Amino acid sequence: MKLMLTGNYAAAYGAKLSNVKVVAAYPITPQTTIVEKIAEMIANGEFSGRYIRVESEHSAMAACIAAENTGVRTFTATSSHGLALMHEMLHWASGARLPIVMSVVNRALGPPWSIWSDQQDTISQRDTGWMQIYTENNQEVLDSIIMAYKIAENENVLLPMMVIEDAFILSHTMEPVDVPDQKDVDDFLPDYNPKYYLDTKNPMGFGSLIMPEGPFQEFKYKGYKAMKNAIDIINNVDKEFGKKFGRSYGGVVEKYRMENANFALVIMGSIASTAKDVVDKLRDDGLNVGLLRIRSLRPFPADIIKEALSNLKGIGVFDRSYTFGNGGALYNEVRNAMYGKNIFIKGYIGGLGGRDITPSIIEKIYMDIIENYEKGVDGGYEWVGLIGDKRWE
Amino acid sequence: MNDDFPTPITTQPSTFNKTGTWRTFRPVIFYDKCIRCMICWKFCPEPAIIIVNAEKYTAPRDAIKKLDAPEINYDYCKGCGICANECPTKAIDMVFEESLEERE
Amino acid sequence: MKNLTIPEEEYMFPGHTACLGCGATIAMRYTLKALGKDTIITIPASCWAVIPGVYPSRTLDVPLLYTAFEVTGAAISGIREALNAIGKDNINVVGFAGDGGTADIGIQSLSGAVERNENVFYIMYDNEAYMNTGIQRSSSTPKGAWTTTTQVGKIRDWKKEKKKNLVEIMVAHNIPYAATASIAFPEDYINKLNKAKNIKGPKFFHVYATCPTGWRISPAKTIEIARMAVESNVFPLYEVDHGVYNITYRPKKTVSVKDYLMAQGRFRHLTDEEIKEIEKDVMNDWNLLQQKESFTKSLKKVE
Repeated sequence: MKLMLTGNYAAAYGAKLSNVKVVAAYPITPQTTIVEKIAEMIANGEFSGRYIRVESEHSAMAACIAAENTGVRTFTATSSHGLALMHEMLHWASGARLPIVMSVVNRALGPPWSIWSDQQDTISQRDTGWMQIYTENNQEVLDSIIMAYKIAENENVLLPMMVIEDAFILSHTMEPVDVPDQKDVDDFLPDYNPKYYLDTKNPMGFGSLIMPEGPFQEFKYKGYKAMKNAIDIINNVDKEFGKKFGRSYGGVVEKYRMENANFALVIMGSIASTAKDVVDKLRDDGLNVGLLRIRSLRPFPADIIKEALSNLKGIGVFDRSYTFGNGGALYNEVRNAMYGKNIFIKGYIGGLGGRDITPSIIEKIYMDIIENYEKGVDGGYEWVGLIGDKRWE
Repeated sequence: MNDDFPTPITTQPSTFNKTGTWRTFRPVIFYDKCIRCMICWKFCPEPAIIIVNAEKYTAPRDAIKKLDAPEINYDYCKGCGICANECPTKAIDMVFEESLEERE
Repeated sequence: MKNLTIPEEEYMFPGHTACLGCGATIAMRYTLKALGKDTIITIPASCWAVIPGVYPSRTLDVPLLYTAFEVTGAAISGIREALNAIGKDNINVVGFAGDGGTADIGIQSLSGAVERNENVFYIMYDNEAYMNTGIQRSSSTPKGAWTTTTQVGKIRDWKKEKKKNLVEIMVAHNIPYAATASIAFPEDYINKLNKAKNIKGPKFFHVYATCPTGWRISPAKTIEIARMAVESNVFPLYEVDHGVYNITYRPKKTVSVKDYLMAQGRFRHLTDEEIKEIEKDVMNDWNLLQQKESFTKSLKKVE
C-alpha cells in the first residue's frame, strides 16, 4: 500500500510492522512526530505495543534496556541532545548485547541552538557499540527499521542498531512510501525469541561486576566479533529483503555509477540524493565520476570500502560533522581503510546546523578533486560553504 | 563461565564462597539457656543460622522441648555478633576464633 | 514446631560479600520473604550491586537486573510494561535502590515511574550516605553526621541540612501506598509488604538499614541502633495509605535522641547544644506526624 509519508511517519510504521512490544521515548524536535504517530496508532488500536511516556531520554534508553532484558522487542527514537543525554545508556545497551532498535533523527548539537540537520549527534556515539545505518530517503527509513530487527536479533550479532535520518529533509518531508503488508513482514521477521532473559523460572543476574583477571576483556572481544559478523549479516538481510519486497539498498554500502569511475565522493545520508544528481550531470558532461554512499558506519566495512575505491584516481569524503581532530570522522575512517593505496584523498566538512549542501557545492567538490589529485596523495581537508568564502559560492 | 553467554550472566549461587573464613569472633550457642525464640535466626544478615530438629539439642525445660532449635552455620558466619547482642537470654557468647584454633 | 514470626523460606544465599552486620542485606532478606519467588528485582550501582559477589556469583534466588545508578524508576517501568505486554502481570517488579540512587541521582526516574502509576514496588534501603563509594554524604544523611564529604575538621563542616523526606515526596505524587520500615521491626515491614501486594500502582518503602561501617559502630549493634532510631522517634514507623497517615508503632519506652546519637561514632563530635537542636527537630517532626495522622484520618472525602 503506497502512502505519502514523512520520514518520521515511515519510522513509526516500521516500528508498528515490526510488532514492537514496548516503546519508551521522550519527545525532541525533530523526532516528535515519530512518537506522536505511535501514540495515535495505539489510541486507534493499530499498534499492539505499550508506550512508556518516560520523563527523559536517559530513562527512555534505560526502560528499553530493562524491557528488552525481560525478553520483548523494544523501540525508541531520539535526536541531538536527547541522544547525547542517553550516552551512558548507549554503552550499557551494547555491553548488555541487547538488540534494541532506535530511530535517530540527525540534528545539530548546541550551542548554538539548532534544530536542523547535521550528523554530529550520531558521529559522537561511534564508540558506543551501536550499529549505525544512515538512510537516504523515507522508503529506506521504513525498510531499514524492519531489517534492523532482523540484523540485531541474529544470535551472531545481538547488538543494538540506530536507523538514522536527516532532520526535516527526511523527517518532515513527505514522499511516496510503499508500506508492506503485515503478513509479509511477519514472514520476513519472526518473533523475538531470546535465549537469555529475566525469567522467574530460571533466576539469573544480568550485568554484574567482573575483576581485571576475570573475563571482562573476553566479553568485550565477543562484542567486537559480533560487530564484525554484522557486516555479512547486514548484506544478507538486505538481499533477502530485496527478494521478498523488491527493494534493496546494497547492504553496508551503495555504489552509484562506480563502474569505470576515476573520481568518487564518499558520503552518508540524504545529501547522497543531491550528489547522485550531480554525478548524472557530470557523467553527461563526459567525466567518469561516481558516488559511494556509506549506509553502515558501524560496523565499518573497511575491506568493502577499500575494494570499491581501489581503482580510483581521486577520492573525496564529505563529513556533515566535525571532530576537532585531523579532519572529519568519515574522512579519517575512509583514509584509514585506504592506507597503503597511493590514491589522492581529501576531506570536506560542511552542511553543519542544517546549512544547505547545494548541487553547485557538490559539483565544485568533484572539480576540486579532479583539479588536485595529481598534486600528491594527501589532500588534507577543508571546510566548505563558510559564509564569505567565495570559492564555494 | 558459560561460553555461550554474550554478556555476563550470573548463575552460580554464592554458597561456594565460604565467608566463615572472615571471622575474628565466633558465636557459640549455649543450648541450656536457649529458649528457641529464633530471634538470632531472624536477624542474621547472611543468613548463617539454620533451623534444626528439636531433638538435636537438649532443651532447658519441657515447654521448649518441642521447638526446633537454631544452629550456627560456621561455613558462612562472619562473626558480626548481632545474634549474641539480640539474644534475650544471653545464650550466645562471642568467642575469639584464634583461641579456639589453638585449643584444637 | 517452629517459633517464627516471619516467613521461613529464604530467597537469598549466604556467601555474599556484604560487611559484617550489614543492614542492607537484612532489608533484602525480609523484602524477598514477603514477595516470594514470582519477583523480578533491579539493583542500581550501590552496595547491593557488589554484595552478590563477582561474576559468576549470585546471591538472590530471583531474577536480577543490575542497572546504572540513576535509572531504577525507568528500569522497573520497562520490566513492568514488558511483562504486561506478554500477559505476565502477576509477577512482582521491585526496584531495590539505596538512598543515593533514590533521593539524589535517581529521583527523576523515581518521580517519572510513580507519576505514570506503574504497578511496581520501590524499596529504598537507607544507610544514610553513598556507602558503596566510601561514605560520602547524600541528601538522606541526617543532620549532624560526619561523612567523608562532610568532615568535622577545624570549621566543623559536618552535615547541617536535614534529611530529605522521601515518603512525603511520594505522598505528594499521590501514590496509593508509601511507608517507612526498619530492619529492627521485620514483622511490621513484612506486614506492610503483604498489604502492598494487594494494591495496584506504585508502592514505596523507605527502609532504615544500619551501616556499621559508615556509622562507626560495632557490627553487633546493627539491630540495636535501628531499634533505638525508632524508639527515640528519630525514625518513626508509619504508612500513608491512599493519603491517610497511620503510625504503625508507638514507641513503648523512650530512648533519648542523645543516647541514639552518642551510640554512633559519626555523631561523636556533636556538642550538647547541637544535640538539643537535633532533639527539637525530632520532637517537632514527631508532633507534626501525629497531627497528620489524626487530621488525615478525620478527613471526609467526596464520594
